[in-house]
Amino acid sequence: MSESSIRSFTINFGPQHPSAHGVLRLVLDLDGEVVERADPHIGLLHRGTEKLIEYKTYQQAIPYFDRLDYVAPINQEHPFCLAAEKLLGLTVPKRGQLIRVLMCEWGRILNHILNVTTQALDIGALTPPLWGFEEREKILSFYERASGARFHANYFRIGGVHQDLPPQLIDDMWAYCDELPKVLDDIDALLTGNRIFKQRTVDIAVVKIEDAWGWGFSGPMIRGSGVPWDLRKAQPYECYAELDFDIPVGKNGDCYDRYLVRFEEMRQSIRIIRQCLEKLRSPEGQGPVSAANQKVVPPKRAEMKRSMEALIHHFKLFSEGFHVPAGEVYCATETPKGEFGVYLISDGTNKPYKCKIRPPAFVHLSATEFVSRGHMLADMTAIIGTLDVVFGEVDR
Amino acid sequence: MDEILNELGRTIVGALARSVTGYSVERGELTISANAAGIVELVTFLRDDPRCRFVAFVDLTAVDWPQRDRRFDVVYHFLSPFKNLRVRIKVETDEATPVPSIVGVFPGANWFEREAYDLYGITFAGHPDLRRILTDYGFEGHPLRKDFPLTGYVEVRYDDELKRVVYEPVRLAQEFRNFDFLSPWEGPDYALPGDEKAEKAK
Repeated sequence: MSESSIRSFTINFGPQHPSAHGVLRLVLDLDGEVVERADPHIGLLHRGTEKLIEYKTYQQAIPYFDRLDYVAPINQEHPFCLAAEKLLGLTVPKRGQLIRVLMCEWGRILNHILNVTTQALDIGALTPPLWGFEEREKILSFYERASGARFHANYFRIGGVHQDLPPQLIDDMWAYCDELPKVLDDIDALLTGNRIFKQRTVDIAVVKIEDAWGWGFSGPMIRGSGVPWDLRKAQPYECYAELDFDIPVGKNGDCYDRYLVRFEEMRQSIRIIRQCLEKLRSPEGQGPVSAANQKVVPPKRAEMKRSMEALIHHFKLFSEGFHVPAGEVYCATETPKGEFGVYLISDGTNKPYKCKIRPPAFVHLSATEFVSRGHMLADMTAIIGTLDVVFGEVDR
Repeated sequence: MDEILNELGRTIVGALARSVTGYSVERGELTISANAAGIVELVTFLRDDPRCRFVAFVDLTAVDWPQRDRRFDVVYHFLSPFKNLRVRIKVETDEATPVPSIVGVFPGANWFEREAYDLYGITFAGHPDLRRILTDYGFEGHPLRKDFPLTGYVEVRYDDELKRVVYEPVRLAQEFRNFDFLSPWEGPDYALPGDEKAEKAK
Protein backbone atom coordinates (compact mmCIF):
# COMPACT_ATOMS: atom_id res chain seq x y z
CA MET A 1 0.00 0.00 0.00
CA SER A 2 1.43 3.38 -0.93
CA GLU A 3 1.93 6.17 1.61
CA SER A 4 -0.70 8.44 0.05
CA SER A 5 -3.56 5.99 0.48
CA ILE A 6 -3.40 6.17 4.29
CA ARG A 7 -6.03 8.58 5.44
CA SER A 8 -7.57 9.34 8.79
CA PHE A 9 -10.96 7.98 9.62
CA THR A 10 -13.68 10.46 10.53
CA ILE A 11 -16.51 9.54 12.86
CA ASN A 12 -19.47 11.36 14.29
CA PHE A 13 -19.74 11.04 18.06
CA GLY A 14 -23.26 12.06 19.01
CA PRO A 15 -25.47 14.11 19.01
CA GLN A 16 -27.45 11.15 20.31
CA HIS A 17 -24.79 9.34 22.30
CA PRO A 18 -25.33 8.41 25.96
CA SER A 19 -21.77 9.40 26.88
CA ALA A 20 -22.02 12.79 25.21
CA HIS A 21 -23.85 14.19 28.26
CA GLY A 22 -26.54 15.78 26.16
CA VAL A 23 -26.50 16.98 22.61
CA LEU A 24 -22.83 17.18 21.78
CA ARG A 25 -21.89 16.36 18.23
CA LEU A 26 -18.22 15.58 18.14
CA VAL A 27 -16.48 15.09 14.80
CA LEU A 28 -13.40 12.97 15.41
CA ASP A 29 -10.55 12.35 13.02
CA LEU A 30 -8.91 9.07 13.94
CA ASP A 31 -5.61 7.55 13.01
CA GLY A 32 -6.38 3.97 13.87
CA GLU A 33 -7.75 4.42 17.37
CA VAL A 34 -5.84 7.60 18.19
CA VAL A 35 -7.70 10.91 18.11
CA GLU A 36 -5.99 13.36 15.77
CA ARG A 37 -8.58 16.09 15.71
CA ALA A 38 -11.73 16.67 17.73
CA ASP A 39 -14.20 19.26 16.53
CA PRO A 40 -17.20 19.69 18.83
CA HIS A 41 -20.29 21.05 17.13
CA ILE A 42 -22.44 22.75 19.72
CA GLY A 43 -25.55 24.86 19.61
CA LEU A 44 -28.06 22.05 19.17
CA LEU A 45 -29.70 23.20 22.39
CA HIS A 46 -29.37 26.93 21.69
CA ARG A 47 -32.46 28.73 22.99
CA GLY A 48 -31.33 32.34 22.74
CA THR A 49 -31.33 32.92 26.50
CA GLU A 50 -29.32 36.12 26.25
CA LYS A 51 -31.67 37.56 23.62
CA LEU A 52 -34.75 36.61 25.63
CA ILE A 53 -33.38 38.25 28.76
CA GLU A 54 -33.08 41.55 26.89
CA TYR A 55 -36.86 41.46 26.43
CA LYS A 56 -37.74 40.58 30.03
CA THR A 57 -37.70 42.55 33.25
CA TYR A 58 -34.99 41.76 35.74
CA GLN A 59 -37.34 39.65 37.81
CA GLN A 60 -38.49 37.65 34.80
CA ALA A 61 -34.92 36.90 33.77
CA ILE A 62 -34.12 34.73 36.79
CA PRO A 63 -35.95 31.54 35.67
CA TYR A 64 -33.82 31.43 32.52
CA PHE A 65 -30.76 30.89 34.68
CA ASP A 66 -32.18 27.70 36.21
CA ARG A 67 -32.37 26.25 32.74
CA LEU A 68 -28.72 26.82 31.94
CA ASP A 69 -26.97 24.25 34.07
CA TYR A 70 -29.94 22.10 34.99
CA VAL A 71 -28.04 19.71 37.23
CA ALA A 72 -27.34 22.46 39.78
CA PRO A 73 -29.99 25.05 38.94
CA ILE A 74 -29.88 27.39 41.91
CA ASN A 75 -26.17 28.13 41.56
CA GLN A 76 -26.82 29.85 38.23
CA GLU A 77 -29.36 32.29 39.62
CA HIS A 78 -26.78 33.58 42.04
CA PRO A 79 -24.41 35.63 39.84
CA PHE A 80 -27.28 37.37 38.05
CA CYS A 81 -28.81 38.40 41.38
CA LEU A 82 -25.41 39.59 42.60
CA ALA A 83 -24.88 41.63 39.43
CA ALA A 84 -28.29 43.31 39.64
CA GLU A 85 -27.79 43.94 43.36
CA LYS A 86 -24.43 45.53 42.69
CA LEU A 87 -26.00 47.92 40.19
CA LEU A 88 -28.88 48.69 42.55
CA GLY A 89 -26.62 49.02 45.59
CA LEU A 90 -28.66 46.51 47.61
CA THR A 91 -27.33 44.42 50.46
CA VAL A 92 -28.89 41.09 51.33
CA PRO A 93 -29.67 40.55 55.03
CA LYS A 94 -27.69 37.94 56.93
CA ARG A 95 -30.35 35.25 56.91
CA GLY A 96 -30.86 35.68 53.18
CA GLN A 97 -27.13 35.27 52.60
CA LEU A 98 -27.01 32.13 54.72
CA ILE A 99 -29.90 30.56 52.84
CA ARG A 100 -28.29 31.43 49.52
CA VAL A 101 -24.99 29.85 50.53
CA LEU A 102 -26.82 26.82 51.89
CA MET A 103 -28.76 26.23 48.67
CA CYS A 104 -25.68 26.80 46.52
CA GLU A 105 -23.71 24.21 48.47
CA TRP A 106 -26.51 21.68 48.05
CA GLY A 107 -26.27 22.50 44.36
CA ARG A 108 -22.56 21.77 44.41
CA ILE A 109 -23.23 18.34 45.91
CA LEU A 110 -25.98 17.72 43.33
CA ASN A 111 -23.61 18.53 40.52
CA HIS A 112 -20.63 16.60 41.81
CA ILE A 113 -22.68 13.48 42.59
CA LEU A 114 -23.94 13.52 39.04
CA ASN A 115 -20.56 14.21 37.52
CA VAL A 116 -18.58 11.68 39.54
CA THR A 117 -21.07 8.88 39.16
CA THR A 118 -21.92 9.36 35.48
CA GLN A 119 -18.27 9.65 34.63
CA ALA A 120 -17.88 6.27 36.30
CA LEU A 121 -20.82 5.02 34.25
CA ASP A 122 -19.25 6.25 31.02
CA ILE A 123 -16.14 4.22 31.69
CA GLY A 124 -17.95 1.10 32.76
CA ALA A 125 -19.21 1.23 36.34
CA LEU A 126 -22.95 0.96 36.74
CA THR A 127 -23.39 0.92 40.51
CA PRO A 128 -22.22 4.46 41.45
CA PRO A 129 -24.99 6.28 39.55
CA LEU A 130 -27.60 3.99 41.06
CA TRP A 131 -26.43 4.89 44.54
CA GLY A 132 -25.72 8.52 43.75
CA PHE A 133 -29.02 9.33 42.09
CA GLU A 134 -30.92 8.21 45.16
CA GLU A 135 -29.11 10.86 47.19
CA ARG A 136 -29.64 13.46 44.49
CA GLU A 137 -33.35 12.78 44.72
CA LYS A 138 -33.28 13.43 48.47
CA ILE A 139 -31.48 16.74 47.98
CA LEU A 140 -33.90 17.71 45.23
CA SER A 141 -36.75 17.12 47.65
CA PHE A 142 -35.14 19.76 49.89
CA TYR A 143 -35.19 22.10 46.91
CA GLU A 144 -38.84 21.25 46.42
CA ARG A 145 -39.71 21.95 50.04
CA ALA A 146 -37.88 25.29 49.94
CA SER A 147 -39.03 26.60 46.57
CA GLY A 148 -41.81 24.37 45.29
CA ALA A 149 -39.86 22.93 42.39
CA ARG A 150 -37.35 20.11 42.21
CA PHE A 151 -35.24 21.58 39.47
CA HIS A 152 -36.25 24.94 38.13
CA ALA A 153 -36.48 26.50 41.52
CA ASN A 154 -36.57 30.23 40.70
CA TYR A 155 -35.84 30.65 44.40
CA PHE A 156 -33.42 33.57 44.51
CA ARG A 157 -34.74 37.08 44.15
CA ILE A 158 -32.90 40.29 43.57
CA GLY A 159 -32.42 41.45 47.15
CA GLY A 160 -32.62 38.04 48.84
CA VAL A 161 -34.57 34.83 48.43
CA HIS A 162 -38.24 34.24 47.81
CA GLN A 163 -39.28 32.64 51.11
CA ASP A 164 -37.83 31.68 54.44
CA LEU A 165 -37.05 28.01 55.05
CA PRO A 166 -39.51 26.17 57.30
CA PRO A 167 -37.92 25.13 60.65
CA GLN A 168 -38.71 21.48 59.98
CA LEU A 169 -36.73 21.62 56.74
CA ILE A 170 -33.68 22.96 58.57
CA ASP A 171 -33.93 20.04 61.02
CA ASP A 172 -34.29 17.52 58.21
CA MET A 173 -31.30 18.95 56.38
CA TRP A 174 -29.30 18.72 59.58
CA ALA A 175 -30.22 15.06 60.00
CA TYR A 176 -29.41 14.35 56.36
CA CYS A 177 -25.91 15.82 56.79
CA ASP A 178 -25.11 12.73 58.89
CA GLU A 179 -26.51 10.29 56.33
CA LEU A 180 -24.92 11.63 53.17
CA PRO A 181 -21.25 11.08 54.16
CA LYS A 182 -21.92 7.37 54.59
CA VAL A 183 -23.17 7.07 51.01
CA LEU A 184 -20.26 9.16 49.79
CA ASP A 185 -17.88 6.83 51.64
CA ASP A 186 -19.50 3.85 49.92
CA ILE A 187 -19.07 5.39 46.46
CA ASP A 188 -15.56 6.41 47.43
CA ALA A 189 -14.71 2.83 48.44
CA LEU A 190 -16.14 1.60 45.18
CA LEU A 191 -14.22 3.93 42.87
CA THR A 192 -11.15 5.54 44.38
CA GLY A 193 -9.10 2.39 44.77
CA ASN A 194 -10.69 0.58 41.86
CA ARG A 195 -8.12 -0.76 39.42
CA ILE A 196 -10.29 -0.39 36.31
CA PHE A 197 -11.36 3.13 37.24
CA LYS A 198 -7.75 4.13 37.77
CA GLN A 199 -6.63 2.58 34.50
CA ARG A 200 -9.23 4.64 32.67
CA THR A 201 -8.55 7.97 34.41
CA VAL A 202 -4.95 8.22 35.66
CA ASP A 203 -2.75 10.18 33.22
CA ILE A 204 -5.69 10.86 30.93
CA ALA A 205 -6.17 14.46 29.77
CA VAL A 206 -3.32 15.98 31.75
CA VAL A 207 -3.65 19.78 31.91
CA LYS A 208 -0.61 21.82 32.84
CA ILE A 209 -1.25 24.89 34.89
CA GLU A 210 0.22 27.42 32.43
CA ASP A 211 -2.08 26.08 29.69
CA ALA A 212 -5.07 26.01 32.01
CA TRP A 213 -5.05 29.78 32.63
CA GLY A 214 -4.73 30.65 28.96
CA TRP A 215 -7.63 28.38 28.07
CA GLY A 216 -9.72 30.13 30.72
CA PHE A 217 -10.24 27.08 32.93
CA SER A 218 -11.73 27.45 36.38
CA GLY A 219 -13.25 25.35 39.13
CA PRO A 220 -12.10 21.73 39.49
CA MET A 221 -10.43 21.94 36.08
CA ILE A 222 -7.86 24.37 37.47
CA ARG A 223 -7.74 23.01 41.02
CA GLY A 224 -7.03 19.55 39.62
CA SER A 225 -3.82 21.01 38.21
CA GLY A 226 -2.68 22.11 41.64
CA VAL A 227 -3.77 25.73 42.00
CA PRO A 228 -5.89 26.54 45.05
CA TRP A 229 -7.98 29.07 43.12
CA ASP A 230 -11.55 29.29 44.34
CA LEU A 231 -13.65 32.45 44.10
CA ARG A 232 -15.30 31.60 47.40
CA LYS A 233 -11.90 32.15 49.06
CA ALA A 234 -10.17 34.52 46.64
CA GLN A 235 -12.99 37.00 46.04
CA PRO A 236 -15.53 36.09 48.73
CA TYR A 237 -19.15 36.98 48.12
CA GLU A 238 -22.14 36.63 50.47
CA CYS A 239 -20.96 35.26 53.83
CA TYR A 240 -18.30 32.84 52.55
CA ALA A 241 -15.60 34.86 54.32
CA GLU A 242 -17.03 33.84 57.72
CA LEU A 243 -17.29 30.16 56.89
CA ASP A 244 -14.56 27.63 57.50
CA PHE A 245 -13.73 25.26 54.64
CA ASP A 246 -10.74 23.96 52.71
CA ILE A 247 -9.95 24.01 49.00
CA PRO A 248 -8.85 20.58 47.75
CA VAL A 249 -6.25 20.61 44.99
CA GLY A 250 -4.90 17.92 42.70
CA LYS A 251 -1.30 17.17 41.89
CA ASN A 252 -1.03 15.85 38.35
CA GLY A 253 -3.94 17.57 36.59
CA ASP A 254 -5.37 14.35 35.15
CA CYS A 255 -8.91 12.96 35.18
CA TYR A 256 -8.29 11.02 38.36
CA ASP A 257 -7.12 14.09 40.29
CA ARG A 258 -10.12 16.08 39.15
CA TYR A 259 -12.33 13.24 40.31
CA LEU A 260 -10.65 13.34 43.73
CA VAL A 261 -11.02 17.13 43.89
CA ARG A 262 -14.74 16.89 43.15
CA PHE A 263 -15.17 14.19 45.75
CA GLU A 264 -13.46 16.19 48.47
CA GLU A 265 -15.44 19.30 47.50
CA MET A 266 -18.63 17.42 48.34
CA ARG A 267 -17.32 16.72 51.83
CA GLN A 268 -16.30 20.37 52.23
CA SER A 269 -19.77 21.41 51.08
CA ILE A 270 -21.31 19.31 53.84
CA ARG A 271 -19.03 21.17 56.26
CA ILE A 272 -20.29 24.51 54.94
CA ILE A 273 -23.90 23.34 55.06
CA ARG A 274 -23.53 22.32 58.71
CA GLN A 275 -22.14 25.75 59.58
CA CYS A 276 -24.95 27.49 57.70
CA LEU A 277 -27.62 25.42 59.42
CA GLU A 278 -26.09 26.19 62.82
CA LYS A 279 -26.08 29.88 62.02
CA LEU A 280 -29.65 29.76 60.74
CA ARG A 281 -30.74 28.40 64.11
CA SER A 282 -28.67 30.85 66.17
CA PRO A 283 -29.85 34.39 67.05
CA GLU A 284 -27.44 36.06 64.57
CA GLY A 285 -29.11 34.20 61.71
CA GLN A 286 -32.62 35.42 62.46
CA GLY A 287 -34.38 38.22 60.63
CA PRO A 288 -35.70 38.94 57.15
CA VAL A 289 -34.57 36.92 54.13
CA SER A 290 -34.66 39.76 51.64
CA ALA A 291 -33.73 43.43 51.61
CA ALA A 292 -36.16 45.97 53.02
CA ASN A 293 -36.19 48.07 49.83
CA GLN A 294 -39.88 48.13 48.83
CA LYS A 295 -39.03 49.48 45.37
CA VAL A 296 -37.33 46.19 44.48
CA VAL A 297 -38.62 43.48 46.80
CA PRO A 298 -42.35 42.75 46.53
CA PRO A 299 -44.45 43.21 49.68
CA LYS A 300 -45.89 40.31 51.66
CA ARG A 301 -49.45 39.22 50.89
CA ALA A 302 -50.72 40.11 54.37
CA GLU A 303 -49.27 43.58 54.10
CA MET A 304 -51.06 44.17 50.83
CA LYS A 305 -54.44 43.59 52.48
CA ARG A 306 -53.90 46.55 54.78
CA SER A 307 -51.55 48.98 53.12
CA MET A 308 -52.43 50.91 49.97
CA GLU A 309 -48.78 51.67 49.39
CA ALA A 310 -47.86 47.98 49.50
CA LEU A 311 -50.58 47.30 46.93
CA ILE A 312 -49.20 49.97 44.61
CA HIS A 313 -45.69 48.59 45.00
CA HIS A 314 -46.96 45.12 44.20
CA PHE A 315 -48.74 46.32 41.08
CA LYS A 316 -45.76 48.29 39.86
CA LEU A 317 -43.27 45.49 40.53
CA PHE A 318 -45.29 42.86 38.70
CA SER A 319 -46.19 44.99 35.70
CA GLU A 320 -43.40 47.44 35.07
CA GLY A 321 -40.74 45.87 37.27
CA PHE A 322 -38.06 48.01 38.85
CA HIS A 323 -35.58 50.30 37.19
CA VAL A 324 -31.90 49.58 37.56
CA PRO A 325 -29.44 52.49 37.44
CA ALA A 326 -27.43 52.70 34.23
CA GLY A 327 -24.03 51.06 34.32
CA GLU A 328 -22.19 47.85 33.69
CA VAL A 329 -20.95 45.19 36.02
CA TYR A 330 -19.32 41.76 35.85
CA CYS A 331 -20.14 39.37 38.68
CA ALA A 332 -18.81 35.86 38.97
CA THR A 333 -19.44 33.08 41.44
CA GLU A 334 -17.85 29.71 41.99
CA THR A 335 -20.47 27.36 40.60
CA PRO A 336 -19.72 23.61 40.79
CA LYS A 337 -18.30 23.63 37.27
CA GLY A 338 -16.16 26.71 37.69
CA GLU A 339 -16.45 30.46 37.29
CA PHE A 340 -19.93 31.37 36.13
CA GLY A 341 -20.00 35.05 35.25
CA VAL A 342 -22.70 37.50 34.30
CA TYR A 343 -21.78 40.70 32.48
CA LEU A 344 -24.78 42.94 32.88
CA ILE A 345 -25.33 46.30 31.18
CA SER A 346 -28.24 48.43 32.28
CA ASP A 347 -29.46 51.52 30.46
CA GLY A 348 -31.59 52.72 33.36
CA THR A 349 -34.80 51.02 32.22
CA ASN A 350 -36.64 48.01 33.64
CA LYS A 351 -34.99 45.55 31.25
CA PRO A 352 -31.32 44.62 30.91
CA TYR A 353 -29.68 46.20 27.86
CA LYS A 354 -27.29 43.28 27.61
CA CYS A 355 -26.73 40.22 29.71
CA LYS A 356 -23.75 38.12 28.73
CA ILE A 357 -23.52 34.76 30.41
CA ARG A 358 -20.06 33.29 30.77
CA PRO A 359 -20.58 29.57 31.35
CA PRO A 360 -17.63 27.53 32.59
CA ALA A 361 -18.61 24.43 30.60
CA PHE A 362 -18.41 26.38 27.32
CA VAL A 363 -14.82 27.28 28.10
CA HIS A 364 -13.90 23.75 29.14
CA LEU A 365 -15.53 22.18 26.10
CA SER A 366 -13.68 24.56 23.78
CA ALA A 367 -10.47 22.89 24.94
CA THR A 368 -11.66 19.40 23.94
CA GLU A 369 -9.24 19.15 21.08
CA PHE A 370 -6.37 20.43 23.19
CA VAL A 371 -6.89 17.91 26.00
CA SER A 372 -7.85 14.93 23.82
CA ARG A 373 -5.24 15.03 21.07
CA GLY A 374 -3.18 11.84 21.08
CA HIS A 375 -5.60 9.94 23.29
CA MET A 376 -7.49 6.83 22.31
CA LEU A 377 -11.09 6.92 21.12
CA ALA A 378 -12.21 5.09 24.27
CA ASP A 379 -10.72 7.89 26.40
CA MET A 380 -13.05 10.46 24.84
CA THR A 381 -15.85 9.46 27.19
CA ALA A 382 -13.59 9.89 30.21
CA ILE A 383 -12.51 13.29 28.87
CA ILE A 384 -16.04 14.53 28.23
CA GLY A 385 -16.93 13.37 31.74
CA THR A 386 -14.03 15.16 33.36
CA LEU A 387 -14.75 18.41 31.49
CA ASP A 388 -18.12 18.37 33.26
CA VAL A 389 -20.25 19.76 30.47
CA VAL A 390 -23.98 20.34 30.57
CA PHE A 391 -25.49 21.52 27.34
CA GLY A 392 -28.08 23.83 28.77
CA GLU A 393 -25.18 25.98 29.79
CA VAL A 394 -22.85 25.48 26.83
CA ASP A 395 -25.49 26.32 24.24
CA ARG A 396 -27.47 28.87 26.25
CA MET B 1 -9.22 48.70 46.16
CA ASP B 2 -10.04 51.62 43.84
CA GLU B 3 -6.59 53.10 44.43
CA ILE B 4 -4.89 49.90 43.34
CA LEU B 5 -7.04 49.84 40.19
CA ASN B 6 -6.39 53.53 39.46
CA GLU B 7 -2.69 52.93 39.87
CA LEU B 8 -2.88 49.94 37.54
CA GLY B 9 -4.89 51.93 35.00
CA ARG B 10 -2.27 54.69 35.02
CA THR B 11 0.49 52.12 34.57
CA ILE B 12 -1.22 50.57 31.55
CA VAL B 13 -2.02 53.92 29.94
CA GLY B 14 1.56 55.06 30.55
CA ALA B 15 3.11 51.95 29.10
CA LEU B 16 0.98 51.67 25.98
CA ALA B 17 0.00 55.21 25.07
CA ARG B 18 -0.40 54.27 21.40
CA SER B 19 -3.07 51.62 21.73
CA VAL B 20 -4.82 52.59 24.97
CA THR B 21 -7.13 55.60 24.91
CA GLY B 22 -8.13 55.78 28.55
CA TYR B 23 -9.31 54.01 31.65
CA SER B 24 -12.02 54.33 34.28
CA VAL B 25 -12.77 52.73 37.62
CA GLU B 26 -16.46 52.26 38.40
CA ARG B 27 -18.07 50.07 41.06
CA GLY B 28 -14.67 48.62 41.85
CA GLU B 29 -14.05 47.48 38.29
CA LEU B 30 -11.30 48.70 35.99
CA THR B 31 -12.24 49.37 32.36
CA ILE B 32 -9.63 50.16 29.74
CA SER B 33 -10.65 51.53 26.36
CA ALA B 34 -8.31 50.74 23.52
CA ASN B 35 -7.90 50.95 19.75
CA ALA B 36 -8.81 47.80 17.91
CA ALA B 37 -5.50 47.80 16.07
CA GLY B 38 -3.49 47.60 19.28
CA ILE B 39 -5.49 44.89 21.06
CA VAL B 40 -2.97 42.08 20.59
CA GLU B 41 -0.16 44.26 21.89
CA LEU B 42 -2.31 45.27 24.87
CA VAL B 43 -3.36 41.77 25.92
CA THR B 44 0.19 40.49 25.53
CA PHE B 45 1.37 43.30 27.79
CA LEU B 46 -1.36 42.53 30.33
CA ARG B 47 -0.39 38.87 30.34
CA ASP B 48 3.39 39.26 30.54
CA ASP B 49 4.08 42.45 32.49
CA PRO B 50 5.02 41.64 36.10
CA ARG B 51 2.80 44.50 37.35
CA CYS B 52 -0.28 42.99 35.66
CA ARG B 53 -0.02 39.19 35.17
CA PHE B 54 -3.52 38.92 33.72
CA VAL B 55 -2.80 35.37 32.63
CA ALA B 56 -6.34 34.00 32.87
CA PHE B 57 -8.74 34.55 30.01
CA VAL B 58 -12.28 35.02 31.31
CA ASP B 59 -14.68 36.33 28.75
CA LEU B 60 -15.09 37.98 25.37
CA THR B 61 -18.34 39.43 24.17
CA ALA B 62 -19.77 42.29 22.17
CA VAL B 63 -22.37 44.97 22.80
CA ASP B 64 -24.50 46.51 20.10
CA TRP B 65 -25.22 50.26 20.20
CA PRO B 66 -27.05 50.78 16.87
CA GLN B 67 -27.32 54.56 17.25
CA ARG B 68 -23.55 54.92 17.37
CA ASP B 69 -21.31 55.43 14.37
CA ARG B 70 -19.14 52.44 15.16
CA ARG B 71 -21.90 50.34 16.57
CA PHE B 72 -20.11 47.51 18.38
CA ASP B 73 -18.08 47.36 21.55
CA VAL B 74 -15.96 44.24 21.83
CA VAL B 75 -15.53 43.61 25.56
CA TYR B 76 -12.77 41.44 27.00
CA HIS B 77 -12.45 40.31 30.60
CA PHE B 78 -9.22 39.03 32.12
CA LEU B 79 -8.26 37.85 35.56
CA SER B 80 -4.97 38.08 37.37
CA PRO B 81 -4.90 35.24 39.88
CA PHE B 82 -1.56 36.48 41.21
CA LYS B 83 -2.81 39.98 42.04
CA ASN B 84 -6.42 38.87 42.50
CA LEU B 85 -7.66 41.58 40.13
CA ARG B 86 -9.95 41.73 37.14
CA VAL B 87 -9.76 44.00 34.12
CA ARG B 88 -12.16 44.82 31.32
CA ILE B 89 -11.05 46.05 27.91
CA LYS B 90 -13.33 47.76 25.43
CA VAL B 91 -12.67 48.16 21.75
CA GLU B 92 -14.97 49.86 19.24
CA THR B 93 -15.69 48.48 15.81
CA ASP B 94 -18.38 48.28 13.12
CA GLU B 95 -19.76 45.61 10.80
CA ALA B 96 -17.02 46.02 8.22
CA THR B 97 -13.89 46.54 10.30
CA PRO B 98 -12.25 43.36 11.59
CA VAL B 99 -10.72 43.24 15.06
CA PRO B 100 -7.37 41.44 15.39
CA SER B 101 -7.86 38.02 16.93
CA ILE B 102 -6.23 37.28 20.29
CA VAL B 103 -6.31 33.49 19.87
CA GLY B 104 -2.54 33.51 19.50
CA VAL B 105 -2.17 34.98 22.99
CA PHE B 106 -5.10 33.30 24.73
CA PRO B 107 -6.24 30.04 23.09
CA GLY B 108 -9.41 30.16 25.20
CA ALA B 109 -10.64 33.14 23.15
CA ASN B 110 -11.19 30.88 20.14
CA TRP B 111 -14.81 29.92 20.75
CA PHE B 112 -15.68 33.31 22.22
CA GLU B 113 -14.58 35.06 19.02
CA ARG B 114 -16.58 32.56 17.00
CA GLU B 115 -19.56 33.32 19.22
CA ALA B 116 -19.17 37.09 18.77
CA TYR B 117 -18.94 36.52 15.01
CA ASP B 118 -22.01 34.30 15.05
CA LEU B 119 -24.24 36.45 17.23
CA TYR B 120 -23.07 39.94 16.23
CA GLY B 121 -21.32 39.55 12.88
CA ILE B 122 -18.03 40.98 14.06
CA THR B 123 -15.07 39.56 12.16
CA PHE B 124 -11.77 38.75 13.78
CA ALA B 125 -8.68 39.03 11.61
CA GLY B 126 -6.29 36.14 11.98
CA HIS B 127 -8.74 33.76 13.65
CA PRO B 128 -7.86 30.19 12.66
CA ASP B 129 -11.40 28.93 12.14
CA LEU B 130 -14.06 31.64 12.13
CA ARG B 131 -17.30 29.65 11.73
CA ARG B 132 -20.71 29.97 13.26
CA ILE B 133 -20.95 28.19 16.58
CA LEU B 134 -24.27 28.47 18.42
CA THR B 135 -26.81 28.94 15.64
CA ASP B 136 -28.16 26.33 13.24
CA TYR B 137 -26.26 25.03 10.22
CA GLY B 138 -27.02 27.43 7.38
CA PHE B 139 -28.40 30.16 9.64
CA GLU B 140 -28.57 33.68 8.28
CA GLY B 141 -28.33 36.90 10.28
CA HIS B 142 -26.80 37.79 13.63
CA PRO B 143 -29.35 37.24 16.39
CA LEU B 144 -27.98 39.39 19.21
CA ARG B 145 -27.97 42.56 17.12
CA LYS B 146 -30.59 44.95 18.38
CA ASP B 147 -32.27 45.11 14.94
CA PHE B 148 -32.78 41.31 14.82
CA PRO B 149 -36.34 40.44 15.90
CA LEU B 150 -36.80 38.24 18.97
CA THR B 151 -38.78 35.69 16.98
CA GLY B 152 -36.23 35.43 14.19
CA TYR B 153 -37.21 34.97 10.55
CA VAL B 154 -37.58 31.20 10.07
CA GLU B 155 -39.12 28.38 12.05
CA VAL B 156 -38.67 24.65 11.66
CA ARG B 157 -41.06 21.74 11.84
CA TYR B 158 -41.02 18.09 10.87
CA ASP B 159 -42.98 17.54 7.70
CA ASP B 160 -44.61 14.14 7.78
CA GLU B 161 -45.14 13.96 4.02
CA LEU B 162 -41.63 14.97 3.03
CA LYS B 163 -40.22 12.96 5.96
CA ARG B 164 -37.77 15.69 6.86
CA VAL B 165 -37.48 18.95 8.77
CA VAL B 166 -38.64 21.96 6.75
CA TYR B 167 -37.82 25.66 7.23
CA GLU B 168 -40.64 28.16 6.86
CA PRO B 169 -41.02 31.89 7.49
CA VAL B 170 -42.20 32.65 11.04
CA ARG B 171 -45.98 32.91 11.35
CA LEU B 172 -47.24 34.28 14.64
CA ALA B 173 -50.74 33.30 15.72
CA GLN B 174 -50.71 36.32 17.95
CA GLU B 175 -48.80 39.57 17.50
CA PHE B 176 -45.64 39.73 19.61
CA ARG B 177 -46.57 41.76 22.66
CA ASN B 178 -43.80 43.97 23.88
CA PHE B 179 -45.48 46.10 26.50
CA ASP B 180 -43.97 49.50 27.10
CA PHE B 181 -44.25 49.76 30.84
CA LEU B 182 -41.96 52.74 31.12
CA SER B 183 -43.74 55.48 32.98
CA PRO B 184 -43.76 58.81 31.13
CA TRP B 185 -42.58 60.50 34.34
CA GLU B 186 -39.76 58.19 35.25
CA GLY B 187 -38.72 56.59 31.96
CA PRO B 188 -35.62 57.99 30.31
CA ASP B 189 -35.94 60.00 27.07
CA TYR B 190 -39.67 59.73 26.85
CA ALA B 191 -40.88 62.81 24.93
CA LEU B 192 -44.29 63.86 26.22
CA PRO B 193 -46.50 65.26 23.46
CA GLY B 194 -46.49 69.04 23.70
CA ASP B 195 -43.53 69.04 26.06
CA GLU B 196 -40.83 69.49 23.43
CA LYS B 197 -40.15 73.12 24.43
CA ALA B 198 -39.31 72.19 27.99
CA GLU B 199 -36.87 69.61 26.70
CA LYS B 200 -35.19 72.20 24.46
CA ALA B 201 -34.85 74.70 27.31
CA LYS B 202 -32.56 72.27 29.12
